[in-house]
Amino acid sequence: MIYFNNVSKLYNKDSLALDDVTLTITTGEFVSVVGHSGAGKTTLVKMILADEIPTGGTVFFESINVFKLKNKDLTKLRRRIGVVFQDFKLLPNKTAYENIAFAMEAVGKTNEEIESDVPHVLELVDLSSKMHHFPSQMSGGEQQRLAIARAIINQPELIIADEPTGNLDAINTFEIIQILKKINDLGTTVILTTHNRGVIDSIGKRVITMEKGKIVRDDKNGKYVI
Amino acid sequence: MMNKIKRVIKAGFLNFTRSGIISWAAVLVVTITLSTITTILLLQAILNFSLGEIKNKVDVTIYFNVNAGEDKILSLKQSLENLPEVSQVTYVSRDEALKLFRDRHENDYSTIAALDEIKDNPLGAYLNVKAKEVSQYESIANFMKGDDALVIGSSSIVDKVNYYQNKTVIDRLNNIISGAQRLGFLITLILIIISIIITFNTIRLAIFISKEEIGVMRLVGASKIRVSGPFMVEGAFYGIIATVVTLILFWPITFYFGKSMTNFLGINIYDYYISNLLQISVIILLSGVVLGVFSSIIATRKYLNK
Repeated sequence: MIYFNNVSKLYNKDSLALDDVTLTITTGEFVSVVGHSGAGKTTLVKMILADEIPTGGTVFFESINVFKLKNKDLTKLRRRIGVVFQDFKLLPNKTAYENIAFAMEAVGKTNEEIESDVPHVLELVDLSSKMHHFPSQMSGGEQQRLAIARAIINQPELIIADEPTGNLDAINTFEIIQILKKINDLGTTVILTTHNRGVIDSIGKRVITMEKGKIVRDDKNGKYVI
Repeated sequence: MMNKIKRVIKAGFLNFTRSGIISWAAVLVVTITLSTITTILLLQAILNFSLGEIKNKVDVTIYFNVNAGEDKILSLKQSLENLPEVSQVTYVSRDEALKLFRDRHENDYSTIAALDEIKDNPLGAYLNVKAKEVSQYESIANFMKGDDALVIGSSSIVDKVNYYQNKTVIDRLNNIISGAQRLGFLITLILIIISIIITFNTIRLAIFISKEEIGVMRLVGASKIRVSGPFMVEGAFYGIIATVVTLILFWPITFYFGKSMTNFLGINIYDYYISNLLQISVIILLSGVVLGVFSSIIATRKYLNK
């Protein structure tokens, strides 16, 4: 589904974020990317969204070279991918309901679809009671659950979760990982970046370990080994 | 399509109401810009009125000899009226000239007595010519110089044309009028440019705060127009509300000036404001909305290409 072909990213002379990365991710996989801060995890996943442009190499989403896409086609590609960030990246001036509705409007869903699906997905992440709250009126865990709800609402083929538990306590972290596992069980490919040992060990799926921009381990049923 | 437009308008309205103090700061700045434009419109009206009054006082009179035939004078009147520069020609016959002269000097017994003594009417007929522009009097005067119809035998029927006596004054007035118009235009241009720059920067600042938000919307897969549309609507709202505020603000201001300054200005600025309210509203509404929308487009464009 996703293919990295000799991808490098040089921010400046002394800062090599990705160093000749080659990697294949197949449909339906749950892939955890681990490594210390600055290992290149976030840069790696941003490449899939063409949110970062590589210094060398290419990234394919199915047969599409993502860096060759025109603005309009890039928008279409991003609609096939749900993204969850460490800092949630919710729209601060919109309520929980509106944040999710916005993602549906973006892909051209009708008002009827929005009215029926949004309460449903909020119920799924246990946020029905916070439907009309703004992000600033919600806890970190609630905001992250909302971000996940937004990421899955359009049934994307791929979910990218970039350090989704970085700002959360143990209980909220567990909840978020359970939700991601459930999404994966339903057939959606999930890429999770984290440096939380407990999280990785509890998932028991493929683990890619990065160090200084290089992939140093790729285990099918891996544990956190650094 | 209609649904998309409705969503964009609704999102813009919500952005506006939820941005609180930032929205009102932007409205305030747009209001200042629109007030500047309104003030300039009113000052232009005062300037044009005053210049019009001055222009109206300028005319050229062609005095004819006493033996000039009325048919000749009337044919000259006709050909003057046909000139594109001429706005009005008034014919005053010999008898009327005498009557006007008597009226003007009715308290001056010696003059009236001298007039009675002569018996014959010593006054010639005259034509009073008003040009459309002060600068055009010279060409009218030149036209009469070159008109052969004014000559009987070897002498002209024209006694004198007072343009040549008043030439210096008319020329100077013409310079003052065109100078005042040019200065007015220059000041207007500078003030409007300054206002536009300030407004543009305020709106840019308001959108800069939403920089992250724009990035998130793009990552979620929203199209450019879906992201920038609500900001454009918000910009339009700034313009619409600022227009209403400005129009209300100028009500008491012009009323005060109308009451206390009409004699000085020669024009009742309140009456002018009320009778031209529709045109003024349209001008400042268009300025406000175009300014708001245009600033939003420029400001969001920077963050959209990601």
